[in-house]
Amino acid sequence: MEDSAFSAGPSEGDRAKRDGPTQTRTRFGIAEQPGLIYNHMVVDSDQADRVFRALADATRRDIVRRAMRGEHSVSALAGQYPMSFAAVQKHVAVLERAHLVIKQRRGREQLVHGNIDAIRDAQHLLDEFEEVWRSRIDRFGEVLAEVNEGATT
Amino acid sequence: MTVTSVRKDPRALTMTITAEFDSPIGPVWQMWENPRLLEKWWGPPTYPATVVDHDLTPGGRVTYFMTGPEGDQPRGWWRVIAVEAPHRLEFEDGFADEAGNPDLEMPTMTTRVTLTEQIDGGTRMAIEATFPSVEAMERLAAMGMEEGIRLAVGQIDDLLRAAA
Repeated sequence: MEDSAFSAGPSEGDRAKRDGPTQTRTRFGIAEQPGLIYNHMVVDSDQADRVFRALADATRRDIVRRAMRGEHSVSALAGQYPMSFAAVQKHVAVLERAHLVIKQRRGREQLVHGNIDAIRDAQHLLDEFEEVWRSRIDRFGEVLAEVNEGATT
Repeated sequence: MTVTSVRKDPRALTMTITAEFDSPIGPVWQMWENPRLLEKWWGPPTYPATVVDHDLTPGGRVTYFMTGPEGDQPRGWWRVIAVEAPHRLEFEDGFADEAGNPDLEMPTMTTRVTLTEQIDGGTRMAIEATFPSVEAMERLAAMGMEEGIRLAVGQIDDLLRAAA
C-alpha cells in the first residue's frame, strides 16, 4: 500500500535545489502542451540524456509513478519487483540523478518520493486550478450555445 | 470571455470562479444534469470524459473516466452532497481505481455550484472549489505530474521507435 505521501516533506536544502515554477499537465488537462514538464526539467542536454535514459526502462517508469503518488522506502519498492534490492537501488539512483525522484535517509530507511518541484505552493496550485476551470467554462459556454441554438431552430 | 471574476484564497484553499452566460437558467442546469452534455465539457479535448453513472440526488454518485492520448483512462467520481435544481449543486470529487471504486488513498475536493438568474435573462454560475489541505493539493498536482510523465514517456517511446 501507499505510504502517506509527503508526511515528512523534503528538507529546505532539497527545496532550494529545485528550480522555478513548473507547469504541469494534469488529469484536468491544465497545460495543453504535452511534455512541458519534461521540457522544464531539461535544463541542459546532459540532463535531457539522463531523463531519457532514466525513463527508457519499464521498472524505472513504474518506480516514478509510485513515487509520484507517495513516499516509499527503497526496501518496499524492492519488494515490488522480481529483482534484487541492489538492482532496485541502482534504478532509484538513476532516477535521482535525473531529478525525477528525491531520496532521503530517515533512520535506517531510504525514502523515495517524486520530485514535484515548485508545485508545493498553494497559490500556484490554485492558479493551476483556475486554468482547469477557465478551460472548462470555455467549453461549457460553447456547448451551452449549441444547446440553445438547437432549441431555437 | 464569459468568466467575470476569480477569487483565490490560499489560506482557505478555496478558489471561486464566476461566469455569466447569455442563456436562461434551465439550459445551464442541463449542462450539469444531462450526462451527455456534462461529458462534452468536463474533460479537456485531449482527455475527453465519458460519464458512466449519473445520479444527481443527495448521496448519489456520478462516475466517469477520461481517455488520454495514450489510451490511459483515469477514473473519477463525485458524491453528491446537495442538489436543488436548477440553482445549487454540491459534490465531493475524487479519484477512482481501475475498477471504478473510489481510491481512498487519494484526496478529494469539494465543489459548490450556484446558478442565479440575472435581470437580463442570463445566468450567473459560481463555482467554489475547496481543497482539504495543502498536502491534498500537492497530491492532486502530483497526479497530474504522473500523467505528464506518462505522456513524456509515450513521446520517448515514439522517438525510440522512430530511431530504431
